[in-house]
Amino acid sequence: MSDKTDSNPDAERRRSQAIAMATPALEGWFVREVLPLEAALMHFLRRSWPNKSELDDLRQEVYVRVCEAARKEIPHPAKPFVFAVARNLLVDRVRREHVVSIETVSDLDALGVAVEEPGPDRNAMARQELRRLQTALDQLPPRAREAVLLRKIEGLSYREIALRMGIGEDTVSEHLSKAMYALADTLYGEPLGGKP
Amino acid sequence: MSATESGAPLADARAIGEQAADWLERRERGGFSEQDNAAFEAWLSESTAHLTAYWRVRAAWERANRLSAFGSQSNALRKPVTPQKSPSQFFRRVAAAVVAVAALGAGAALYLSPPAQPADMTYATTVGGKKVIVLTDGSRIELNTDTILRLDGADRRKVWLDKGEAYFDIHHNARHPFVVIANGHRVTDLGTKFFIREDADRLEVALIEGRASLENVGRKSKPQILTPGHFAVATASLTSISAKPVATLANDLSWRNGTLIFRGMTLADAASEFNRYNRKKLLVNDPKVAGLKIDGTFPANNVEAFLDAVQSALKVHVEDRGSEAVISR
Repeated sequence: MSDKTDSNPDAERRRSQAIAMATPALEGWFVREVLPLEAALMHFLRRSWPNKSELDDLRQEVYVRVCEAARKEIPHPAKPFVFAVARNLLVDRVRREHVVSIETVSDLDALGVAVEEPGPDRNAMARQELRRLQTALDQLPPRAREAVLLRKIEGLSYREIALRMGIGEDTVSEHLSKAMYALADTLYGEPLGGKP
Repeated sequence: MSATESGAPLADARAIGEQAADWLERRERGGFSEQDNAAFEAWLSESTAHLTAYWRVRAAWERANRLSAFGSQSNALRKPVTPQKSPSQFFRRVAAAVVAVAALGAGAALYLSPPAQPADMTYATTVGGKKVIVLTDGSRIELNTDTILRLDGADRRKVWLDKGEAYFDIHHNARHPFVVIANGHRVTDLGTKFFIREDADRLEVALIEGRASLENVGRKSKPQILTPGHFAVATASLTSISAKPVATLANDLSWRNGTLIFRGMTLADAASEFNRYNRKKLLVNDPKVAGLKIDGTFPANNVEAFLDAVQSALKVHVEDRGSEAVISR
């Protein structure tokens, strides 16, 4: 009502909501409960969706919906909720695109994704984590991997990494940025190289 | 909000993911001005997709912190550097060092088959066996079940743990450190006591007191300095080090008294621990019971006592077939 408000109060409201979401609690929940489901989620999407080029976009949209719902109330347990969101998203897309028949997603309930397995023990998790990190590193381009190792393991500064690799600091930036993007995909999106 | 309406086109995850990685990288590099920070906040608050993409790349990047040592073929990584955290209080300490490295399973030395030296001495225990070796310098080595250890004939300060698990109480000599080689790794005592365990494809080292160094022999990576509470798991190419309470690590040494101490261990893991010590094998095939948690102290050689305890405490079914026992619901 006030004539002093910004021209776009809706945008302003969205903005403040998004900031309100950036609470450590919600991020913590997302990292702890949702991201570890990503490999299973990608498997599910891959099996259910014919257009492979859209899988990452779908995954992102699932995260958006999950977090917007979690902002109101964090769902427990996370797993059935995340997969229900994914299923609904696919149904939405099917209706919208008229390209795939509704049967494509009709057997989603048969996936049994809501079943909670007993968690692996701590040692098994440490071993698994090690394997996963190793796999992720192995998949990076050699120069990017080198930059990551110098940064993470030897704790070098950008300047030192640049000297060590004989490149400029901006190139170090490029390598690390690419590595960060790729690590998220392999660490969360891909199943373990070896079966646990 | 923008992309959530069912009719809206999907946002481009790749583009957003790359932007998120760029922001993360700029923050990692440092020198973020107030202006940069404002731009970053603005980008974050633009959409939930930005926010989740950023959380995701940041979480992955933080996960990579768990890499504490990595053997790389890269020449750039061979240059030794000072360990980042040098806990000087331990450096000054001349106290006893207890390092735990453990060797389980039958596979043993995958990466390492050192040429047999003349006059090496081999010590071995059978399943359920234990043995104490006293060296001429006064050092003691206690072998756990199903273990093979070789002592270098020429250099009595060097042993290979080919299989199994051993506790080392070593007479410290700064000029002639005691070296244990297991699973392609070298453990050098920088204190006086340690303990080792090894698997077919990995090695565990836990340090209870003092200092020790752990290095991957093949990879020429820099040695890792372990301090009390450090629990290292090393594979052929990677070492991860985490911190545990020292009391928990001490439980892993309970075999020296012939007991096994379980604290919140799963039934499946407890059964495989018992299987290391006994001919009678315990089988836990039912996933419903494999994850049940156990606390307790048990004689390592008394399978029956363990079975009685789990039967009454966990209400599981035990089918005793003589040479093996099957635990199920």
